[in-house]
Amino acid sequence: MGLTLCERILSDKLNREVKAGEIVVSPVDMTIVQDGTGPLTFDVIKEIMGKEYVFDPKKALLVIDHTGPSPRVELSNFQLALRNFSKNTGALLRDVGEGISHILLAEDYVKPGDVVVGADSHTSTSGGLGAFATGMGSTDIAIAMILGKIWFRVPETLKFNLKGKFQKGVYSKDIILHIIGTIGEEGGNYKAMEYGGEGLKELSMDARFTVTSMAQEAGAKLGIFPSDENTKKHLEENGRGKDWKPLKADDDANYEKVYEINLDELEPLISIPHNPGNVKKVKEVEKENIKVNQVFIGTCTNGRLEDLRIAAKILKGNRVHKDTRTLIYPASRKIYHQALKEGLIDTFIEAGAVVGIPGCGACPGIHQGILGDNEVCVATQNRNFKGRLGNPNSYIYLSSPATAASCAIAGKIVDPREYV
Amino acid sequence: MIRGKAWKFGDDISTDLITAGRYYHLRSNMNELVKHIFEDADINFAKEVLKREQVYIVVGGRNFGKGSSREHAARLIKMVSPAVLAKSFARIFYRNCFNLGLPALIVDTDKIEHGDELEIDLAKGRVRNLTKNYELNFSPIPESLQKILQEGGIIEYIKKYRDIKF
Ligand code: SF4
Repeated sequence: MGLTLCERILSDKLNREVKAGEIVVSPVDMTIVQDGTGPLTFDVIKEIMGKEYVFDPKKALLVIDHTGPSPRVELSNFQLALRNFSKNTGALLRDVGEGISHILLAEDYVKPGDVVVGADSHTSTSGGLGAFATGMGSTDIAIAMILGKIWFRVPETLKFNLKGKFQKGVYSKDIILHIIGTIGEEGGNYKAMEYGGEGLKELSMDARFTVTSMAQEAGAKLGIFPSDENTKKHLEENGRGKDWKPLKADDDANYEKVYEINLDELEPLISIPHNPGNVKKVKEVEKENIKVNQVFIGTCTNGRLEDLRIAAKILKGNRVHKDTRTLIYPASRKIYHQALKEGLIDTFIEAGAVVGIPGCGACPGIHQGILGDNEVCVATQNRNFKGRLGNPNSYIYLSSPATAASCAIAGKIVDPREYV
Repeated sequence: MIRGKAWKFGDDISTDLITAGRYYHLRSNMNELVKHIFEDADINFAKEVLKREQVYIVVGGRNFGKGSSREHAARLIKMVSPAVLAKSFARIFYRNCFNLGLPALIVDTDKIEHGDELEIDLAKGRVRNLTKNYELNFSPIPESLQKILQEGGIIEYIKKYRDIKF
């Protein structure tokens, strides 16, 4: 029996063949914390080591993305903790406005075949590059930062074979919403979600990262794509062509279950409050005539260049609805800069949208877009839990950037196919 | 043996419901943060539990602890409950609990009602409902997590062994 992508990566790391179900201790190539989880990680490191310490400063990345620039003193002090830890240990620091950790990992650090662990549940995003990347708690990350290794249970794998082509108005966000709607929010619990099939070539790297970012919303340990020509192109574009290597699962790998997804049949989808698993067709929800107070485009799920291009194409020459404030947060400085060069930022501003600081934006519910009572937001983020945008008395719908941009113009929930 | 009264929550309790993002700034002050535990799921929980007149055991439904990796969620529950019971747990939260020495037990909680008196025998893998007089077996705790639990959590484990040995 051959190996799945996860089994392949961990087998290569350990120089022996490992199979799903085994407990392994694997070296890690990169560990990350962000401003919300870093301070606790550092406390644990200090408790164990008696001082601030990392096994290899080049393999520890600290990112200030959730709360930057800081809206209050306590958060400023969390950020200081990251800066000080970096000074004291040499760990890599990416400060306010540089971008979301998962985007920076994909741009500058992660290679196919890497093992990446982060104190952030969307660490799975790097799986788009063919890495074994998963989120854990601060204590586990502290241990990984001290020892340079961590234990895993090698996950069973669900395989998703893609075929066909995206139809008008349908994007990679709709794939992952479709999957979560199908297998449920626990459908991937403790497992890996691996993607394959001839439809893969339809998905740019930006599109793949959208899919892997939301593995957690299906409960999965990680999402993972093979490393192919698109992966190579992404690494070259980011000045890291030499980091590329091909990587794929064996043809006779053992999967717990195999799903076929026909892109030809996929329609624009939306998750309705308050769970990502409440997936409906946008055209059905459109009938309810739901007014939208805020549109939020960005996050580690949908704040990449391709997402901004899609939104700009729809917004170009249009105005956002007067009752729908429209917030756009590019996911990294690099993306922001490129969007500026391409004129996308002009388009957003001319349409009446607000363009914000690269980072998580409104997503963690701390600042930069907290909802008022009974307000409705259409967001390209990954979670619509009650209270996620800072107010338990508000309603969040999750969609693709195309759907979100269309809703911004209409001022209500609409099917994007009328606008693209 | 762990004893306490069940405080029942429903399915899909996210880490946002356990500790809301809007209290993010209190993460460095757990004694304050715990005053808001479960605030968006059940406003009465923190008030009642923090009186410390009675031991409560947090009991959830399906996919308990889903969502973010914020370990604060598990740490807060450990401050007010000697164990957490659910029909199923989300992955990161489950691992966080054992890392902190908090037993997270998978058991058919549909049979447990709010206020039932429970007695948990970790060694035997059993929960006794003293109010209704029956026993439930919980799913066996994976061996790796048992080892962590035996040491009182992964921090103690690492302090002792300076390595991960399983
Ligand atoms: S964008 Fe949202 S989901 Fe992604 S890392 Fe930031 S807070 Fe988490």
